[in-house]
Amino acid sequence: MARRAQPVSALPGAGAALLVAALILGTLAAVALRAESARGFGASDWAALRFTLTQALLSAGLSVGLAIGLARALARRRFVGRSALIALLGAPFILPVIVAILGLLAVFGRAGWVSQILMFFGLEPLQIYGLHGVALAHVFFNLPLATRLILQGWQEIPAERFRLAAQLGAGPRAMWQLLEAPMLKRVVPGALAVVFAICLSSFAVALTLGGGPRATTLELAIYQAFRFDFDLGRAALLSGLQLVLTGLAAFVALRVSAGDGAGAGLDRVVRRWDGGTALARGLDGLWITLAALFLLLPLAAVVAAGISGLLELKASVWMAALTSVLVALLSTVILLLLALPMAAVVALGRSALIEVAGILGLAASPLVIGTGLFIVIYPIADPFALALPVTALVNAVMALPFALRILVPQAREILGRYGKLSMSLDLTGRAFVLRVFLPRMRAQIGFAAGLGAALSMGDLGVIALFADPEVATLPLQIYRLMGAYRMEAAAGAALLLLVLSMGVFWIFDRGGRWHAEA
Amino acid sequence: MLKLEDCRIGNGAFSVTADLQIAPGSKLAVIGPSGAGKTTLIEAIAGFLPLRQGRILWQGQDLSDVAPGKRPVAMLFQDGNLFPHLTVAQNAGLGLRANLRLTAAEKLRVQHALERVGLGDLAARKPAALSGGQQSRVALARVLLQARDILLLDEPFAALGPALKAEMLDLVAELAAETGATVLMVSHDPQDARRIADQVVLVAEGKAHPPMATAELLDNPPPALRDYLG
Amino acid sequence: MKYSVFAAAVLGASAAYAEMPELTVYTYDSFVSDWGPGPAVEAAFEAECGCDLKLVGAGDGAALLARVKLEGARSDADVVLGLDTNLTAAAAATGLFAEHGISADYSLPLAWEDASFAPYDWGYFAFVHNADASVPTDFKALGASDMKIVIQDPRSSTPGLGLLMWVKAAYGDEAPAIWQGLADNVVTVTKGWSEAYGLFLEGEADMVLSYTTSPAYHLIAEEDGSKAAAAFDEGHYMQVEVAGILAGSDQPELARDFMQFMVSDAFQSIIPTTNWMYPAVTPAEGLPTGFETLITPEKSLLLSADEAAALRDVALGEWLDALSQ
Repeated sequence: MARRAQPVSALPGAGAALLVAALILGTLAAVALRAESARGFGASDWAALRFTLTQALLSAGLSVGLAIGLARALARRRFVGRSALIALLGAPFILPVIVAILGLLAVFGRAGWVSQILMFFGLEPLQIYGLHGVALAHVFFNLPLATRLILQGWQEIPAERFRLAAQLGAGPRAMWQLLEAPMLKRVVPGALAVVFAICLSSFAVALTLGGGPRATTLELAIYQAFRFDFDLGRAALLSGLQLVLTGLAAFVALRVSAGDGAGAGLDRVVRRWDGGTALARGLDGLWITLAALFLLLPLAAVVAAGISGLLELKASVWMAALTSVLVALLSTVILLLLALPMAAVVALGRSALIEVAGILGLAASPLVIGTGLFIVIYPIADPFALALPVTALVNAVMALPFALRILVPQAREILGRYGKLSMSLDLTGRAFVLRVFLPRMRAQIGFAAGLGAALSMGDLGVIALFADPEVATLPLQIYRLMGAYRMEAAAGAALLLLVLSMGVFWIFDRGGRWHAEA
Repeated sequence: MLKLEDCRIGNGAFSVTADLQIAPGSKLAVIGPSGAGKTTLIEAIAGFLPLRQGRILWQGQDLSDVAPGKRPVAMLFQDGNLFPHLTVAQNAGLGLRANLRLTAAEKLRVQHALERVGLGDLAARKPAALSGGQQSRVALARVLLQARDILLLDEPFAALGPALKAEMLDLVAELAAETGATVLMVSHDPQDARRIADQVVLVAEGKAHPPMATAELLDNPPPALRDYLG
Repeated sequence: MKYSVFAAAVLGASAAYAEMPELTVYTYDSFVSDWGPGPAVEAAFEAECGCDLKLVGAGDGAALLARVKLEGARSDADVVLGLDTNLTAAAAATGLFAEHGISADYSLPLAWEDASFAPYDWGYFAFVHNADASVPTDFKALGASDMKIVIQDPRSSTPGLGLLMWVKAAYGDEAPAIWQGLADNVVTVTKGWSEAYGLFLEGEADMVLSYTTSPAYHLIAEEDGSKAAAAFDEGHYMQVEVAGILAGSDQPELARDFMQFMVSDAFQSIIPTTNWMYPAVTPAEGLPTGFETLITPEKSLLLSADEAAALRDVALGEWLDALSQ
């Protein structure tokens, strides 16, 4: 035997990674090959690159930094409505960009609630547009995600460790050094890389909150290349640059975060003995309250705007909602088929390249993927007939990085703890997957599936490029309503989308945890 | 006969050599200083670690390319011998079929095995609801059902109290006698060795020595062992 | 033909269906949406042509052109409907379009002579505001005022590009100075029209770049007279939306019939209250009630397709310079 024995094969995961890489790089290549000439890199492109990096670094740092405090507070406290709050906190992430922007501005805009309060006291209204506005919006989108990823790290510290630490009389500081800092060292780089990658391909948010063309990102430059110049080579070049930057970020993050898992316990419910002082309680309470206000107020604005519109939704919007749910389900199935084998390979420690391939989905420009797919599909089939499956596939690839971040730590844990036992029982291959891997991954699969489904629900994605008049997803229908001046109906449809997305997320996430306490 | 022919077992930068034979049905303790490579030796026999050279044979058959689960070997680890999400009966049932599709007759055998280790009425429980001793018994019931020729124990009872540990070792000895299994038991406690092992394999300074009679070795320890025993 | 794909797959195409010629029209997405002209246009044309009209939506005007370029001569499309004068030069340069050969008594403020593309509607860009606000009457006054405006990015939006051309057509070499003046009035720049209009309705800006016809929507559909468009003395830039026949069409006769239908009353009377633009040919019954309340610019500005194409990059550079500081 040349290698250590393992209970699962690396082949399916490697295949899945190859498929993802082929989709992302293949579509990029398809676009590049159609190019006739490409304008090189000019001064404005360097400016766009600088701004893109600046805002992405700032946004990732702020989102993850704040998420550590919030996740710590949430991990230490048990209160009524805690799980509902955690679920709701995920909502900004799954809203269509345009809806989230309007919700955010209803609170923080020039005429928003905060400005109105300020002006009531004779103060200047809030000045939201600028780099800080971009960061604010990106924190709004990504804080919940980063919090969930980090909170999961906290929850993966076995109950036994907390017991041990409590027994040792560890105060908050010692608890930090013994348990929390090592866990964060594993979890934070990945979270940073994911948020960085998301912000890297930001466009509408950065432009709108950035207050004008100062806030030109690479993704906007890609749009310009396509629409304004029809310069496919340039679009491919810029998109390739985005991919390289994301790949580098992912690689660095993985290098830093490499390390052992937290170790396993026996599925006991985590009880903590630290943070009992009034000061700690107060600080945690403050964290949770502020974060909840920051994240929930814009959502409240979305809900308030949508309630009256909900009543006037026409059948076509409900049809679109149904289509979106079906696309989301299909997308979730594809996501899990890709992510689970990939997570297993990453956990086997076979190749960091697999995880890098997984994160590329975030950096790929939807416009480039969509156009590339069009170029590839057009000669062999009608792209419109394939609009929904293609949308589901692309949505799955976009959600893959999140799913991997969620699945990999637990997969590592399972293989580390039960790998040898399983092999000694000849519990390998299919039997291992069905009897050990999947059951032990249940909670993580539920979370990943919920997130994937919700993301797919909210994503406008490539459907905008392939849309058939008779088949529309809910986000597309929202854009169509807005484009037809029907802002109120659009707000109603956005509320419907919010409710549906939260619903599918809740059902999957809940399904994963149901009776999970062994 | 379990034969380790001119073996060198690698575990990272560390390696252990072994060239020895073990008679079928014998019960051996593997003892030696901490970090000397006891677990490395056991895991090579179980198939978790590749050999850098040599080969391992059981009854003349070369095991080198046989996957861990296909070897005539059952093993109990230091911890984590049970799957928390499976019931006691399912955990034991894994010893018969890894996919847990058991026939009625096989289910009956599982129940008998659980009764044999004194857990007949706990079949539907999950491991978290059992005491440490009960968890060890579930693992032993599974070993019984596996009915493999070789049983490897990597200090599975180290966390139990002396009385409970003695009870478990006696149970192991009984079960091994019933199935005729060859037992290799890693231990750092010479008393364990005296209790059930008729022979001892000393692992020290990167070498696994051929088996010697327990009493003889412990009464007249060689220098390497003397340092360890103190 | 609703659910034609499913019907054909499940039931098998009926004989009548198989004999019916099919006309494929590529257009922008909002044209085919439930709230756009698409459904009514499809029903009206199918009632007279004995054919199956397939309207296919592809993003907006610029995405539509990109789509046509990508598909090239093999395209299934017979007609492309929804380009504007900023795109027609690039569209004509592809060599993919045939002469349309139709004529009509256009009610455009300017004479229309283009052999490849025929107009179906038009409008004026304008800044829309709340009717009770007092607003500036030209770009210089706007720049000097403290009115806040929200506009669209010309790199990703059709109205955004229209504004660029408006300033260029009105001020030529003075355009950079105008943009300098406007820079501190621009609250923000959005990706598309919907975002900008949404921001305006939320109260983020006093004015938004849209069309002179926008108040008509609020008045007619919502019975809300609170929105108005500001009349600018230097004139208003026009957007003329056009359609053309692809040279590779396998239904050239039917395509021409469609183009002729497009400039007929049946089509033109649908436009005002679905696309919220002026019809290219005023229908016999005139414009819907409410349109008479709209401002009528003294002067209509429109760069020819070639001029627009030639000035585009310069104008974009000036805009970027002024607003990036």
